[in-house]
Amino acid sequence: MVNADASDSIGDRLAQVARNGAPGLLALLFVLLTLAPYNFPGSAQLMPPLALMAVFHWGVYRPDLLPAPLAFVLGLLQDILSGGPLGMWAAMFFLVLVVMTYQRRFFLGKKFVVEWLGFALVTPVVFFAIWLIGSFYVGAFVDPGALVVQAVVTAAFYPVMSWLMSAVRRLVGGI
Amino acid sequence: MQRFAFVLLIGSAFALMLLGRFDNVAVERVRLGIVDAFTPIMDVVSRPVSAVNAVVRDIREVVDLRTELARVKEENERLLQWQTVARRLEAENSGFRSLLTAKTETSSFLIAARVVADAGGPFVRTVLLNAGRRDGVSKGQAVVNADGMVGRVAEVGERSTRILLLSDLNSRVPVVNERSGQRGVLAGDNSEWPLLVFLPNQAQVQPGDPIVTSGHGGLLPPGLPIGIVASIGEGGVRVQPLVNWHRLEFVRVVRYDLPRLESGANGER
Repeated sequence: MVNADASDSIGDRLAQVARNGAPGLLALLFVLLTLAPYNFPGSAQLMPPLALMAVFHWGVYRPDLLPAPLAFVLGLLQDILSGGPLGMWAAMFFLVLVVMTYQRRFFLGKKFVVEWLGFALVTPVVFFAIWLIGSFYVGAFVDPGALVVQAVVTAAFYPVMSWLMSAVRRLVGGI
Repeated sequence: MQRFAFVLLIGSAFALMLLGRFDNVAVERVRLGIVDAFTPIMDVVSRPVSAVNAVVRDIREVVDLRTELARVKEENERLLQWQTVARRLEAENSGFRSLLTAKTETSSFLIAARVVADAGGPFVRTVLLNAGRRDGVSKGQAVVNADGMVGRVAEVGERSTRILLLSDLNSRVPVVNERSGQRGVLAGDNSEWPLLVFLPNQAQVQPGDPIVTSGHGGLLPPGLPIGIVASIGEGGVRVQPLVNWHRLEFVRVVRYDLPRLESGANGER
């Protein structure tokens, strides 16, 4: 009896760990999926940074499950694997998560459109910063055209990813 | 969030930006180690993506089947003619070679690899391969696919390789115009069509000229097909690569041994 109880609580605890780890693992998967080779024209230039959406979403709903230092590490991983400027996405993911953690009250309990609008406002700011950092890295101002398109694609993709993460959030429990 | 941790992380992000700007050996080593560790994971993650890509490609091919068949038939006819020419030249060549008692100049062999990450973005044009030092890859080697040259090896880990594509801003490849014999350098500028620079006389270039590697500098084998001259204008001479940037899946790294070393070894014998 005692044994059965003990194994049960261990199982519960494992389930809890899995649930708490889900947002971070999902965000990691998003980083990897962002960099996967998609064979359609312009895919490498237009692929939205999926983890940015994860950072925004969890920053609003469950910042306790995706702490800011973890967002930093995920961003750094994206920088390293992509071969682009180091620290660029690390700074962006981190800052977006911190800002969202402070502003989350505004979004909680509102309709989804408000959340989407919030993301659509954050995205251009992020991409402007990316453009500045990348231009510094390259040593010249790069053509912002591709980045503008990428920002639009990113904002347009948000509802799908947000829906996916909401489903995960319901599994995790909480708000 | 404590203020100290906040300042620390933001500070380190900016420090990394500065460090990354100026090549730093220590940073580079850590970076390679992390890429190495994640390449097998990227390999797994990219497989379902490749499967979807393959299905899309199959559908597209079925749609284009008739035109494709006509094109291939025509191409086959043309290639058969070339085959005759090649056979004759090969016989002729071996005849000359036996007259000269010359040794075959170089040896090169190919290392097959799969693209596991395609990191575009507006700042770099690179891809990650699932082969590395343990497979015989080393820095500077040329990377080709069935169409032509793709780029060269920029960084090598134990089991991962980062390729600098021909279109990257930092890519410079010594080339030769196969028609005129003029030498130049193919310089990427992050656009799809790289620029042909350092030409002694731009007037001698014509649209459609085939561009191949010249082999100067010794790292690349001469004669690797790269592309054709696409446009000549105020902005310079642009080369359309034979490689389709959107269809990079399997590539080969060309392991090429310097002819100089080889002939030296032969001389000792």
